[in-house]
Parts: sequence; structure tokens; C-alpha cells
Amino acid sequence: MSLLKVSGIEKGFGSVSVLRGIDMTLGPGEVIGLVGDNGAGKSTLMKIITGMYQADSGSITLEGDNLLDLTPGARRDRGVEMIYQDLALAKQQDVASNIFLGREPTRRVLGIPLVDRRKMKRDAQIMVDQLGARLPDLTRPVGLFSGGQQQSVAIARALTFDPKIVIMDEPTAALAVREVQSVLGLIHQLKSRGIGVILISHRLNDVLAVTDRIVVLRQGRAVANFVTNDTKMPDIVSAIVGGGDIAAAAAHEAKG
Amino acid sequence: MTREHRERLFGIWTRLQKKANEQLHVRLESVVVLIGLVLIMAGLSPYFWSVSNFMNILLATSTIGVLAIAATFVLSSGGLDLSIGSIVGLSGVVGASVAVNLGMSTPVAVLATIGSGALAGLINGWIITRGFVPAFIVTLGMLGVARGLALVISDGRVIYGLPDWMLFLGQGRPYGIPMPVLILVSVAFIMHIVLAYTRYGRHTLAIGDNENAARTAGINVGLHRLSLYVLSGGLAGLAGLLFATRINSGDPTAGITYELTAITAAIIGGTNLFGGRGSILGTMIGALIMGVLQNGLNLLAVQSYYQQMAIGGVLVLAVFIDQFQHRQEEARV
Repeated sequence: MSLLKVSGIEKGFGSVSVLRGIDMTLGPGEVIGLVGDNGAGKSTLMKIITGMYQADSGSITLEGDNLLDLTPGARRDRGVEMIYQDLALAKQQDVASNIFLGREPTRRVLGIPLVDRRKMKRDAQIMVDQLGARLPDLTRPVGLFSGGQQQSVAIARALTFDPKIVIMDEPTAALAVREVQSVLGLIHQLKSRGIGVILISHRLNDVLAVTDRIVVLRQGRAVANFVTNDTKMPDIVSAIVGGGDIAAAAAHEAKG
Repeated sequence: MTREHRERLFGIWTRLQKKANEQLHVRLESVVVLIGLVLIMAGLSPYFWSVSNFMNILLATSTIGVLAIAATFVLSSGGLDLSIGSIVGLSGVVGASVAVNLGMSTPVAVLATIGSGALAGLINGWIITRGFVPAFIVTLGMLGVARGLALVISDGRVIYGLPDWMLFLGQGRPYGIPMPVLILVSVAFIMHIVLAYTRYGRHTLAIGDNENAARTAGINVGLHRLSLYVLSGGLAGLAGLLFATRINSGDPTAGITYELTAITAAIIGGTNLFGGRGSILGTMIGALIMGVLQNGLNLLAVQSYYQQMAIGGVLVLAVFIDQFQHRQEEARV
């Protein structure tokens, strides 16, 4: 049975129709690459899944339950996590505050619920250690960390509350070579834990390396649904640019 | 002093700084400035160093202190409320007119005072969050509207003769401590806990830090902002109550330029003008710095026009130092 089922999603902004009936499914432990040119509708689709945007029509279910009526916060509680390209970190707050942002544990003092800083710090440390991330000092504002370290914090936040689905928007775009490898390794780790992953990326090599299937969006439609093992770079490029003269584009991408 | 000594001292200083910041949410520099200022004033004026003068400072700080708490919450959420000074005038007039002209009981008058401030804040917040008008414009408009309304209600005249029970709030001295000081200390204590240790407070800072991150974390940013302007207006109403009961009248011109002093106090205390950082304990130290400065200048018989200039200068200086440190911090990484 599929974990996430997206069917017939349509979305327009004013007179511009961005999504024209998207269908896709994601199973537990499955990694899907979502690719497409700029403006194909990838980010819009993901924001509809996380609840930042409202769909005009269509349905999205998680384990058979309707998601579309829930607020973004409620969807996170149900296990839908997203790691944004800009990481969405509060840069003046420390690591623990970011990991628990919006879900701070509380303890009652004289009946008043106060944020349990000690538990937050402890759990954040455990999470960071599990990820194998190297963060020198968890009490420093995250804005003082390097790009890769900030990425670790964003990932730790997504994984702390036992997600069912993790959506990653360009997680490798701004990273150094070694950091890219550790993100790809992490995706394998999530897969083995039965978490469904949607990977949005322009780096087709990364997508080919870690995904099970590749869904190609073009002009608001899912134009292709490849099984990664049976797929070559030119097939994907062709689907992205829409056939025609793709030899040059494919050769360029193949060079990596 | 050798280089080694200097480095060790610097190490101790940064450790203390970090501890103060983490445990108490206070910038250590502001404490040092406060102590330094007190010592300077004590040296300059023989009248400064006395219990009764310290009580005077606290009493004079009470109105500004409550306003500075309001400013801290709004600023650290990345917002701005310029209307708090005018709301002091409006709420004082509303309270006085409810008590004196309508002859209502003290609890009703107190509620009307604070409630009129909260209502002005609600209007601010509603237009900012639902109408998408920048906070600067909305609260600048409210600065004019609230002041004008105070003058309309009072017909431009001061309303004298508050009932005794109301006066107790401004002039009572249980155990020799002025009521406004007791009220300021209790409000500051509660609001410090709220900002530093509750989810509401943490979310306030997160919104000021990165609104988008807060939204994706499931925080209802619009509603939260709205509530902050209501809180700010309500606290300004409380400040208006303290002011009116202290001078035994509703004065429509009360609180002019108080927003300047309150915002300055918050920023001296370590609140980030652009949001994401702030603490009430720090703001209280900032408010005391302003109080000591004004009191000292009074004792030294410096004309009040110059004091106005000093406050404005301190505001710019505080932001300059804050930005300077920030750039250095980033350069170190």
C-alpha cells in the first residue's frame, strides 16, 4: 500500500495554471526523484503537500487519511516533513531551539507550562550525534555555523519527530563534495528505516544515484515516471525538455 | 599588563558574557554600562547616592519600564509599535474620564484604561496582519490618531480628581515601596518568564528571526503578530494607568516621545531592532540606564531640552555598538 497518494492536484495563481492534474504515489522506504525545469511546478506541488499552499482541486492522502484539510502544523504532526532549500532556520537561535521550533517540549512549574530547555538540549545532542554531524557547540546561534553544518541542523529537525515522509528541496545544491556524499548516505539511511523520501534536485547525477523512481514534471504535468534502474540520463533530459533536439543537452548533463 | 594576562582576562569576560546571555538572557555590557553610569553620577552629584533618590529613579522609570517591555516584545518579533507613547495619553484620559466624568468604580476605570490601550493595539495588529500595511505606517498613524482622540475626549483639558482607590495604584507606598515600582517589578518578572521560557515567547523570537521558518514550523504567524500588538497596546494602557494615577489626572499630552525612550531602553538592553533577540531582564537594565541618566542630569541641573538630545544620541549609539559587535562576531567565524 502506498504511503502518500497524490491525485489530480491542480493549482493556479490568478490566470496562470501551474499544476494541471498531478498524480503520484510514494511507498514506505521508497525514494522518488522529482525533476523538471524551473517553473515546472515542483516547489508548488511540495508546498501543497506540506500545506503552505492550498490546492484548487484534487486529493492527497497519507496512509489513506485526507491531508488537504489539515494545517501545516498538523501535517507535520502526522509525519510530513520538508527540508527547504533555504533551510528555514531561525539564525539567531541555537541548535536546540531550531530543532524543536514549533514543537517545544514543556514541563509544568506551578501549573504553568514552561519550555523544557534541558530536555531540548539533551535530545538535540542525541539527534545530532545520531546523524554523525560535527557541530562544535550546540548553544551557538545556527547563523554562525557553516552551510553544511546548518544543513545538518535542518535535517536533524526533520528527523527528530519520526517522520513518515521527508521532502528535500535541493539538499545538495549548495554543498561541498564530501557534504553531498553524506546527504546521499543519509537518504539511504532514511530508506532503510522505511521513510518515504521525495528528492527535488537539478543535479541529475545525485538523483540517479539514490532514487528508486524518477517523476518528471513539465508545464504542470507529470510527463514521465521512470524506474531509476532502467533509466539513462538522456531519457530524463528528454522528458524534462520535452523531446526534440536533446542531444546537446543530454551530452552536457552526461559530463556531470 | 602582559599579553597573557590580557588574553586570560578576555577569556573570563567572554565566558561570563556567554553565561549571562544563556542563563539570564542579558547582555553583560549593559550591566557594566549601568554600574559605570551610577558611579559617575554618584561622583558628580552629592544628592545621587541615597535610598530616597534610588526610589525616585525607580518611580520615574516605572512608566517607561512598562512601555519598554511592550517595545521588547514587538521589536523582537520583527515588528514596531510607535503608538505606545500616544496610547499612554489616550488610556489615561479614558480612565480618568470613566472615573471622574462617568463616576464609575475603580475596577471599571482600571479596566477601561488598560482595555482602551489593548483596543488600540488590536486595531494596529488587525490592520498590520489583515491589511498588510507596514507596522511602521500603521503605528505611526495610530500615534496621531490616539493622541488626537485623547485631546477630543478630554476637550484638550486635563481631567483632575481621580478616586482614592485609583490613586493608591500610583501613589500608595506599601512597606515604603511605591506601588508603580511594585507593579513594574511584577510585570517585568512575569513577562521575562513569558519571553524566555514559554512557547509563546520562543515563537515571538523565532518569528522575528525568520518569519518563513516560523510559518513552516506550523506557527500561526498572523495570529501571533496580532496578539503581540494587543499585548503592546495593553501594556501601554497599563503604563498610562501608572502615569495618570501618579499625577492624579488624565492628561491628554502625557507620554509624548515616550516611545522614543522605551525603544531606546529595549535596544540598550540587547533587543535586536530587526527581531530575533530580546530579553525583559536586559530591557529593565536598559530602562534603568535611561532612568539613571535622566535623574543624574536632573540633579546636575541640566536643562530638559538637553536630556531629550541625550536620549536620542544614546539610541543611535546603542544601535551602532550593537551592529559593530555583530559585524565583528560574523568576521570571527
